[in-house]
Amino acid sequence: MLTKLNEIKVRAEELLQEAVSIEKLNDLRVKTLGRKGEITLLLRSLKDLSPEEKAEMGMAANNFKMQMEEMINKKTEELKQQEIEKRLIAEKIDVSLPGLPLMRGSKHPLTRVYEEIRDIFVGMGFNVAEGPEIELDYYNFEALNVPRDHPARDMQDTFYINEDIVLRTHTSPVQVRTMEKLAPQVPVRIIVPGKVYRKDDDATHSPMFQQVEGLVLDSRITLADLKGTLMHFAREIFDTDLRVRFRPSYFPFTEPSAEMDISCVICKGAGCRVCSHTGWLEILGAGMVNPRVLEYGGYDPEKVTGFAFGMGIERIAMLKYGINDLRLFFDNDRRFLKQF
Amino acid sequence: MGVSINWLKEYVDIDWNAEELAHRLTMAGIAIEGVEEAGSDVIMELDLTPNRGDCLGLINLAREVSALNGRPLRIPQLKIIENRENINDYIKIEIDAPDLCPRYAARVVKNVEVKPSPEWMQNVLLRSGIRPISNIVDVTNYVMLETNQPLHAFDYNLLGKEKKIVVRKAEYQENFITLDEVERELDLDSLVITDGIRSVALAGVMGGLNTEINDDTRDVLIESANFLNTNIRRTSKKQGLRSDSSVRFEKGVDPNGVIYAVNRAAQLIQELAGAEVVKGIYDVYPGQKDPLIINLRPDRVNFLLGTELSFSEIKGYLEKLKFNIKDKKGYLAVEIPTYRPDISMEVDLIEEVARLYGYNNVPDTLPLGINRGGLTDYQRFRDRVKEVMAAYFYEVINYSFISPQLFDRILLPADSLLRNVVKIANPLSEEQSVMRTLLLPGLLENVSGNLARRNQNLNFFEMGAVYYQSDDRLPDEKLKLGAVVAGRVDLNWLKNQVSMDFYYLKGIVEILFRELGIRDFTFEEYEGPGYHPGRTARIICQGQQIGIIGEVHPLVLENFDISDKACAFELDVKTMFEIKGQKIMMEQIARYPAVERDIAVLLGQDAKASEAIAVIKASEPELLQDVIVFDIYTGEQVPEGYKSAAFRLTFQSMERTLKEAEINSRVDAILSDLQKHIQARLR
Repeated sequence: MLTKLNEIKVRAEELLQEAVSIEKLNDLRVKTLGRKGEITLLLRSLKDLSPEEKAEMGMAANNFKMQMEEMINKKTEELKQQEIEKRLIAEKIDVSLPGLPLMRGSKHPLTRVYEEIRDIFVGMGFNVAEGPEIELDYYNFEALNVPRDHPARDMQDTFYINEDIVLRTHTSPVQVRTMEKLAPQVPVRIIVPGKVYRKDDDATHSPMFQQVEGLVLDSRITLADLKGTLMHFAREIFDTDLRVRFRPSYFPFTEPSAEMDISCVICKGAGCRVCSHTGWLEILGAGMVNPRVLEYGGYDPEKVTGFAFGMGIERIAMLKYGINDLRLFFDNDRRFLKQF
Repeated sequence: MGVSINWLKEYVDIDWNAEELAHRLTMAGIAIEGVEEAGSDVIMELDLTPNRGDCLGLINLAREVSALNGRPLRIPQLKIIENRENINDYIKIEIDAPDLCPRYAARVVKNVEVKPSPEWMQNVLLRSGIRPISNIVDVTNYVMLETNQPLHAFDYNLLGKEKKIVVRKAEYQENFITLDEVERELDLDSLVITDGIRSVALAGVMGGLNTEINDDTRDVLIESANFLNTNIRRTSKKQGLRSDSSVRFEKGVDPNGVIYAVNRAAQLIQELAGAEVVKGIYDVYPGQKDPLIINLRPDRVNFLLGTELSFSEIKGYLEKLKFNIKDKKGYLAVEIPTYRPDISMEVDLIEEVARLYGYNNVPDTLPLGINRGGLTDYQRFRDRVKEVMAAYFYEVINYSFISPQLFDRILLPADSLLRNVVKIANPLSEEQSVMRTLLLPGLLENVSGNLARRNQNLNFFEMGAVYYQSDDRLPDEKLKLGAVVAGRVDLNWLKNQVSMDFYYLKGIVEILFRELGIRDFTFEEYEGPGYHPGRTARIICQGQQIGIIGEVHPLVLENFDISDKACAFELDVKTMFEIKGQKIMMEQIARYPAVERDIAVLLGQDAKASEAIAVIKASEPELLQDVIVFDIYTGEQVPEGYKSAAFRLTFQSMERTLKEAEINSRVDAILSDLQKHIQARLR
């Protein structure tokens, strides 16, 4: 009996060694351990033995059965592993080939920069106000303290629809419209994005461009607040290490007025072509809202003060992306657009 | 304007080098664009803001420097030796238009020797950008640069016999030849200087050829006058003539500076041309201007600037500017010199304090208090639209003004309302003379322009306003979303080069609408201008037209030199926004399996897939979950005049597993309905 078991054992181990596939292992399992397998048959023949022998043989056979099962399982696992590895090698692809070209697109760089600017100000509690691009002379100039024949009108060459209607030369008219709507309510914190138009077309001027304007009003807003807010903005949009300076300037709708310069983002202030070797770049105009403009908007300048600012989105985008020609923005050449 | 630093130093001591001086002035609001060495001198290029025209005069500029460096200002002392004659015997002056000419003063100098001015004066003028002419003319220019007061010299003997000056408005169709030898037609608002008979100068802008200083000039009338800035600006613009004089008058010149300037000129002419100066000044001053007194509250300075300056600090800054100041209870009464017309309010004085204190010394704070910032629903909606669009198209930005010819190129009918454009009265060119009423022409130009640069397979979108005439005060501005595609999906190794046709574009519209929550929209056949009449639809939702989508008309493509096909759409953004707002409510997911059945039917050539789908849905409202068209076929085995359409029907129940027989009977019912309603036959 024992000999027979040993024979089975030897044969099974040989087969196990030889098995190179999961099918072969399954055959082995059936042949040796299955319902009609050798071990099953052997165990059945135990009924003729004495109880002691029965117990001894039974144990030996069961041990073998368990060992065998374990070995087959182990080998099965190994083979599975080998097979999957083989498959994985066979299925290798060239990952460097381009992906399925679903037609892709992108936002215009001016849109991207505007959204960045907007998000910075919205984070500081600003709302976004909008107004018409074709605007009354009143809102574009007069209510901003620029009467007819004022020399400041020369700062902005204007497209006229008729004597009273212009293509807005800046987004500032929306300041007045907003004040008219909200006065005497404070606080007011708005930015005003949009297209503006000036009769000017050369390498550094486009007859249409985009601005973002800002207005902050409250019972006490100071020049210090103007500085702090705009410095925060400049460092967010460009670089946290940026140096910022303010210079007195002139706008009819603000007083005091200021121009904000940042240390050149190209040369870090050392002086280069972009900054005309000054180390500084002018990026926005600002100032405390002129009392006359507050009055036009319906606010009492003794009770409410505020600041306003305006910047060209093109200028910021050119500095951010190293764009050297303004005209590229409106040329709409795909080779340009697809870089953003 | 270029300023010689050596010359400037005649009026104030300057220890700073040129760079430092330029920096200090710039930081005080007198912007210096650049400094350039010129031999032993340095020229600063001034970039003045329009309110500080006074600094076009060197003495005024020197006063700014003196305020910054604390060194005393030196104004040249005048020494004139007058003869015993009386100016009244030489000239009479009348001002007929006192509103346009607040002051007119003159002196007469006799027996001048007209010759080139000395080298030092010529050099100074050249460095300031003015061409030397003769000692007399050069002196007038020199004094103008020095004092900011434009002067004019007439040949006294060429003035009419009456020897009088009349300042009046030009007459109807009056013609006049200016010093630059241009004959000019004057309008009625122009101010002229006449000798009582004829014009001898276009006031404040340029003198006349008829009384020009020449080699034979012996006696000279020196004009030192003040003219209304807005009128000079208007005349200068109308005549297209800007002179050193008009530039100064436009910005405003001090009427109280007139006398010093005319004396200074007389003195220099005496020195340089050996002239005899007739005693007295003829001075007519109807528009007397007195210094303004402005009250400045120091508290207000700190309130507005966010600073903590003391009373005496504030006073100190204004004293640096040589303003007369009186201490009052709690405020300062500041007398504003008339050469500073830019200061007219308390805030203007606050700015003076701030710029002398230094903007960069003002602290940096953030506004106190909070405001609930953020975007409106409409603004967020537009963001969402752009996000989706930018996944499929490159965004373009076109000019809002277009050529009216573009309407012809897109075959817009002559009576179309879209030709009711808003016109620009003073366009840069005809090409940019009307405000666009649709986005399509711009987008087609983008395709055409890119194809010309060999950029193939194009896909662009634009979101921007179009403009319509309106009965309101202002034109209507409507925000549109437009897109255009031309060509195929880019060449690729997967050989998956889908053509970007009508259905490609429509697919993106469907994605967009799903993202925006717009449902139950239909595409209806439509014939729109510029589009292929058989391949265009208008998109309708809740009874409103959202926009148009279609293949561009082949003739339009030809007009834009587009050789391939192109498809486009143009949607109204506000309409889309007003339609959305359908809340998402989750539907239960069936727990029982779905069963799919495919059917293929023959439809008439012109039958619409949407009709068949409507019949199918109506026929089986209960168990039918979904219908998809998965094949449209004409050709072999399909009779002439028909097309084969294949639909995949998905059945499902919320309550039970469906039985084979049940589904079969439903499919039969659908087929018979298709036959009954749209004469569809099972294939």
